[in-house]
Amino acid sequence: MTYPHPARHLLRARDLVDARYRDPLDVPTLARAARLSPAHFSREFRRAFGEPPHRYLLMRRMERAASLLRNTDRRVAEICLNVGLRSVGSFTTTFHRTFGVTPTAYRAAHPPALDRARVPTCILLAFARPSSSTFGEDGRARSG
Amino acid sequence: MLKQLTNVQVWVDDQDEALAFYTEKLGLELREDVTVPEMGNFRWLSVGVPGQPDVAIVLMAVPGPPVFDEETREQIKSLLAKGASGGLFFATDDLQRAYEELKSRGVEFQQEPTEQPYGIDAGFRDPSGNSMRMAQRSDIG
Repeated sequence: MTYPHPARHLLRARDLVDARYRDPLDVPTLARAARLSPAHFSREFRRAFGEPPHRYLLMRRMERAASLLRNTDRRVAEICLNVGLRSVGSFTTTFHRTFGVTPTAYRAAHPPALDRARVPTCILLAFARPSSSTFGEDGRARSG
Repeated sequence: MLKQLTNVQVWVDDQDEALAFYTEKLGLELREDVTVPEMGNFRWLSVGVPGQPDVAIVLMAVPGPPVFDEETREQIKSLLAKGASGGLFFATDDLQRAYEELKSRGVEFQQEPTEQPYGIDAGFRDPSGNSMRMAQRSDIG
């Protein structure tokens, strides 16, 4: 049995970020996944992947938030929580620093999510039909 | 001209560990396991998807000298461990079921089932760090 390469543990921690960015992850939790002390883990992670783990986590959250802004109609505050962040203020600030625009402006710059949602035709037909009418059918239409 | 793809190769850290993972966890079948003493005990080890006999996955140990010098070998092993050494894409008819099954067998997923324009997919790794993906395509028959 050969021992895994040391970087394999770091990759496991990075995979944990990709899989569980919604959770309240922090560097000590990631360090445990890599079986290293937090300080040693941060150094080694940076050496292996070119950026410190907390930044990798934050950028994964930003990437996921951008995807949710493009592909859903969820509110910004909800998306902030969906990607594992609690403060909408710091989320908005970080998003702006990352993408150069606010979350709202980012969303406005992309086509509405509904345009690309794969809502089946039967659903559109069922839900888009007006439920009732306050006026009756025009008599001329009925006779025509 | 070229007729058919027959083998794809992935580097692995430990062939026994890889064989156990690919057969016992992923459910692939062993195709060939041959050790050649006159080639420094080179071991040709391949597995494949049941029902797809014409394509095999070769689980190749990273060789040292005379194939690669130690520095090159270490570079390959490092790339492998960092997840930068390519990977394999599988198809499934029922991704959610496959996901539950593989997870129950201890497969580490780095991406849970996710809706994509082409269907639904999920990502995991083999013990060496190779990226594995499986997809249930909705855009092809």
